[in-house]
Amino acid sequence: MTGAFFLGWRYLRYHRLKSLVLLASVSLMMFLPTATRLLVADSATALTARAQATPLLLGERGGELELVLNSLYFHAEQPPQLPYSALDDVEDSGLADGIPLYTRFRSRGAPIVGTSLDYFEFRNLQLADGRMMGLLGEAVVGANVASEQGIGPGNNLVSSPETVFDLAGVYPLKMRVVGVLARSGSPDDDAVFVDVRTAWVIQGLGHGHEDLAQGKSSGSVLSRAQGTITANAALKQFNEITAENIRDFHFHGDTSGFPLSAVIIVPPDDKSATLLRGRYQNHESGYQVLVPGEVLDGLLETVFTIQNYIILGLMMLSLATIAVVTLVFLLSQQLRRGEFMTLKRMGASRGFVATLIASEIGFVLLGSLVMTAILSWVTRHYATEFLLSLVAL
Amino acid sequence: MSGIQISNLKFSYASAGGFHMHIPRLDIAAGECVAIVGPSGSGKTTLLNLVAGTFVARSGEIDVAGQRLHNMTEGARRRFRIDQVGQVFQAFELLEYLSVAENILLPRLIDPDGRKSSDAQQRIQSLLASVGLQDKADKMPGELSHGERQRVAVCRAMFNRPALLLADEPTGNLDQDNKQKVVELLISQARQHDSMLMMVTHDHSMLDAFERVIDFAELVDSK
Repeated sequence: MTGAFFLGWRYLRYHRLKSLVLLASVSLMMFLPTATRLLVADSATALTARAQATPLLLGERGGELELVLNSLYFHAEQPPQLPYSALDDVEDSGLADGIPLYTRFRSRGAPIVGTSLDYFEFRNLQLADGRMMGLLGEAVVGANVASEQGIGPGNNLVSSPETVFDLAGVYPLKMRVVGVLARSGSPDDDAVFVDVRTAWVIQGLGHGHEDLAQGKSSGSVLSRAQGTITANAALKQFNEITAENIRDFHFHGDTSGFPLSAVIIVPPDDKSATLLRGRYQNHESGYQVLVPGEVLDGLLETVFTIQNYIILGLMMLSLATIAVVTLVFLLSQQLRRGEFMTLKRMGASRGFVATLIASEIGFVLLGSLVMTAILSWVTRHYATEFLLSLVAL
Repeated sequence: MSGIQISNLKFSYASAGGFHMHIPRLDIAAGECVAIVGPSGSGKTTLLNLVAGTFVARSGEIDVAGQRLHNMTEGARRRFRIDQVGQVFQAFELLEYLSVAENILLPRLIDPDGRKSSDAQQRIQSLLASVGLQDKADKMPGELSHGERQRVAVCRAMFNRPALLLADEPTGNLDQDNKQKVVELLISQARQHDSMLMMVTHDHSMLDAFERVIDFAELVDSK
């Protein structure tokens, strides 16, 4: 029967375009439901992995999903805020450690995450180059930020102004890169990390300027009365924190009221976590404690429902495609009746002709399976990452 | 007895209202080249199909090249067609998706016992050379003229060195010049391989080349 396979192969090769269209149709028919499942499953895994690794989140009462997405993926432009004292409250409870997150600002599109050194240990982030930030104005950048912007230890980066035309708004701060994180395959690769106090400096809550008490700054003094010095508009403000001027940076007011976006709560055990969650259940606190995994599960339930509808639609489409492909084959056999008759008149059996037709169908199905496998592999290895990057998660 | 002997052959189509054919006697000697003429629809092509073992007679006897077709199973008749019969059709019936060489190899490709042999390519080349198409082995049928296609069909029919060469109006689609060439080719190939040739034709200008002309109307019993 090798002759029948040879004829089948030759027929498909001669009618290349027709065969390719057929192969593409069958491949798509098999690939689309598979791809939908793969994409949803892989995206869900990628989404939940980070959420599962984050025990609890404390944030301003309000949108749960927004709080989780912003805290895990640094997604929001203007995240809701809670005061730094909320972090103190968590730590004072003795039930858990807290890690501050302040994610309001950006540098050339990359989110600036104001946090503490505990964050790196918590996320198991390693340094690829340089050292961790230690002083005000120092930054550690994710692997992607370093490669995309071509920066490393010793280089500088500048925070983006929130609005160009708002004179009272946030001004750019020049920060010194002291370290680059090793690639972790997480949103941390795309972020710039600074101490939370540096983020407050970017916001203008802390600032540095020339020392008015010194005589050389007399041109900037409007008045001196009873130990109070009032500066005029000539006062020189620093937009970069250096070893020379770091002593001139200071914060006005009580830092316990300064803003955070969220606090990652790391309880030592389930009991502590439960007790802590109980404390924030009452609405009067104004805060909420969330289990990120549970919030994302809710989101994924919706996604899976939508996925089922999409797959149902694709199945209907597949049935229609099968019907069309079958029709094409039947019409093709009709047109080839003369050819089959010639083969039979020359001595070919019905089995030979059936094998010839089956081999053509087999080759198309085999080719489609290979194509589907390749497309699925590409989807599995590249599309999920691409999809997640599209939604900036 | 290596020619064709037909006696008291009766055949009718199951679905063709009332057509039936009765041939009391027909003898063709081994190596003989005969032309069969007669009106359309009289059963000439049916006779070729019966002699080839494609159709089965209702009754009567057909002996071809020493094989008793009327006693054969379907499988044995297929084997007989592959081994003993070469056929040339009016519309050439070459497979458009096979090259000239592959079309000539077709009797080997459809043969369930067909084995690859080193002499196949040699045989194809020698057949093509005998019809003047030695440089066309890799061409596709669509690239050939009608006359060239029919010459390839003759090569295909001769590939297995058949005892019987059947040609059903092989000149029907050809111009006068090619008609003459194809008939000469069929006869020369049959003689060269010591094969019998039965050619059905409506073209009386071709008949002089044959040793015998059979008028189908005189062959069948019209009662």
